[in-house]
Amino acid sequence: MSTMRRALAVLTAAATIPLLATVANAQKTLRFVPHSDLKILDPIWTTAYIVRNHGYMVYDTLFGMDDKGEIKPQMVDTYTLSDDKLTWTMTLRDGLTWHDGQPVTTADIIPSIKRWAAKDSMGQKMFSFVDSIDAKDAKTFVIKLKSPTGLVLLALGKPSSNVPFMMPKRVAETDPNKQIEEFIGSGPYVFKRDEWQPGSKIVYVKFEGYKPRSEPPSGTTGGKVVKVDRVEWRPIRDHQQAVNALLAGEVDYIESPPHDLVPLIKKSKDIYTFNWNPLGNQFTFRFNVLHKPFDNPKVREALFYAFNQEDFLKAVVGTEEFYKLCKGMFICGTPFGTEAGFEDKLESNFKKARELLAEAKYDGTPIVLMHSTDLQVLTNLAPVAKSLMERAGLKVDMQSMDWQTVVARRSKKDAPEAGGWHAFLTSWVAGDLLNPVMAGFVNAGCDKAMFGWPCDEQIEKLRDDFARETDPAKQKAIVEAVQKRVAVYPTHIHLGQWYNPGALRNNVKGVVAAPAPVLWNISIE
Amino acid sequence: MGGYILRRVLSTLPVLAIVAVLVFLMLRLTPSDPAAIIAGDYASSEQIEGIRERLGLNEPILKQFIIWIGGVLQGDFGESFFYKKQVAELIGERLEPTLSLSLITILLVVLIAVPLGVIAAHNHGTWIDRFVMGFSVLGFSIPVFVVGYILIYIFAVTLDWLPVQGYQRIRDGVGGWLLRLVLPAMTLSVVFIAFIARMTRTSVLEVLNEDYIRTARAKGQTEIKVLVRHALANAAVPILTIIGLTVAILIGGVVVTESVYTLPGLGLLTVDAVLARDYPTIQAVILLFSFAYVLINLLVDVAYTFLDPRIRY
Repeated sequence: MSTMRRALAVLTAAATIPLLATVANAQKTLRFVPHSDLKILDPIWTTAYIVRNHGYMVYDTLFGMDDKGEIKPQMVDTYTLSDDKLTWTMTLRDGLTWHDGQPVTTADIIPSIKRWAAKDSMGQKMFSFVDSIDAKDAKTFVIKLKSPTGLVLLALGKPSSNVPFMMPKRVAETDPNKQIEEFIGSGPYVFKRDEWQPGSKIVYVKFEGYKPRSEPPSGTTGGKVVKVDRVEWRPIRDHQQAVNALLAGEVDYIESPPHDLVPLIKKSKDIYTFNWNPLGNQFTFRFNVLHKPFDNPKVREALFYAFNQEDFLKAVVGTEEFYKLCKGMFICGTPFGTEAGFEDKLESNFKKARELLAEAKYDGTPIVLMHSTDLQVLTNLAPVAKSLMERAGLKVDMQSMDWQTVVARRSKKDAPEAGGWHAFLTSWVAGDLLNPVMAGFVNAGCDKAMFGWPCDEQIEKLRDDFARETDPAKQKAIVEAVQKRVAVYPTHIHLGQWYNPGALRNNVKGVVAAPAPVLWNISIE
Repeated sequence: MGGYILRRVLSTLPVLAIVAVLVFLMLRLTPSDPAAIIAGDYASSEQIEGIRERLGLNEPILKQFIIWIGGVLQGDFGESFFYKKQVAELIGERLEPTLSLSLITILLVVLIAVPLGVIAAHNHGTWIDRFVMGFSVLGFSIPVFVVGYILIYIFAVTLDWLPVQGYQRIRDGVGGWLLRLVLPAMTLSVVFIAFIARMTRTSVLEVLNEDYIRTARAKGQTEIKVLVRHALANAAVPILTIIGLTVAILIGGVVVTESVYTLPGLGLLTVDAVLARDYPTIQAVILLFSFAYVLINLLVDVAYTFLDPRIRY
């Protein structure tokens, strides 16, 4: 704070009578700028990433995913799988308590798992194999399966929406379609609802009763050691202002400043950037297969040849430092990342694209492409898609709207000329795309699939095979088969991986790399 | 006067009723789905349908309207779809920043714009007049966010005299509260200072040619007295009208300024509610704004009677 600012502060304070003294701030407070404001507080009720991030502050998980993509125990101490692969026995760690001081028991865990599984697509899939979940005692519970599946740990340790967060029994028994009204977890921070100022401040304090694991933090697993007394989320909707506030020392950490401001940030000697999400994100083009011409897989396949990832990535991200070309749907560099089936695709081979369109007898039906205009990371995608599609010989009717209108409209099955749609573009956190069961857009279950409603028995059978398989090597082979099938029955197009580093003041240390911005282990020096 | 005020207050009821119906219908007829937004970007159709059912959005529009208007008549504006808070409580939380910003802005505007306008009129045709008018043109030509960024760059980023953004509630210390409102109020006041200075100049110029001004000067009164007691007092009605409108605009939510400075006021609440299609909140704030406009216009009308004894209701 400059001398003048101090003088101004003293003058204004002296000239007026403080109604209440500001809380003496000897404690260490981390001031964090999240990517958006927090409105909903139930991370099971919604898949919104901001609510997931809030969940990681307040709640804990049975398992987590480490920085190598492996599932590791978190609240669970020991776990075993029976020889017939039909019975999982899991025992909780000692010393786990809720924020109100009550011990965490299996009576809390079982309804928490059930509520999460009622909402989450991977949870639903896992539960299709579950025969029963019963408590053996206060610390041990048993999951009995109808048939073997490799999904149990993958689902319980999934790092992104919906994360299976554990809640006290009375909260977990809330109807899954109704928001919870009490926000007590057993995670490293306590949510201060009385200090919550919607639109400007969300406050968490250190949970003194939290018992971290002894291992070092890694991804969403390991020791969640809290090294600050208090965390304040300060949503700042204007990106430039968030950076100004960081430069002025009014905030400590911006989750995801836009790429065009990174050079400004890098000029400051007081700030550094850190890619807290090394898996990154993936841009995606989604088809609606219900309507002509995208009801014909050949037309959709033509776009695999018309598109190339670099044009999209350059248009949004700009510098190569923050993107990676990757023909794998399930994220390059992770256990199931593979380019199988895509070797000759995503290279803007317009000749091949035109041949496929001719083969499909494309009749010039205009493609209604929804263009989101208000989210910086999405705005430039649709114009690039339009240009490439037109070069391949498709007619495109790009309709601009805000993202929330896209969200509302994409759930409509009406014909495009009657308020429906053909295609839109979005971005996924890579942590949501690590296998064919987790990746929502690969679901080809017709009416049960996500908007776009792809319908393909082969893909669904392969996804079932993946769910049943417990051998990682065989799972990998199934993933390759899924990707090869998607190459001829396209559900969506993956348009490359991109990264959005956070910006931090130099005195903020210890940020843990994970698929979500987790705020344990951070210290302020 | 009492009867007039009562009639005016009663006349607001049909206005508010029309606003209520229009807002309710417009929200339902626009292509939007709060359930899809609440469910999140990656929710399934089943999840969205479950939430829609829970919020009562599957009910016929008429039934939804009757439930809502029935609540409003009992003072219950419903619960925000998102915040799980009563809308009245949400608005109550957001009133303080908006009223604080409005109060300081209007103080700045009146204290600067009116004297500037009077000085310009008094020095009509001189370089002082041209300077004030030049500032006026500049003031309402530059977009508010540009003024905001320039002030932030100078006073917050470069000189480090004032905070970049944020709001502190009065109960947490008046000093911090005031300090965080200086830049937003300066930003916001520029356009209104420009506008009201110009209006004041025009109004004062008109009365400066009146006979009673010449008489006052002939009686040997000082120029200050002539300007303030005779010229400004008689030019006050149109100036007050504009100031009243300014207050109404400020209370109606100053979206850009609140966004740039992250002030959690009614403007930001409105924008967030519209983007999220939070129907109960949008409906309540629009009703509130309509009521505020009507009320401020009424207060301005009543104030006329004090400034000009010829006006009687």
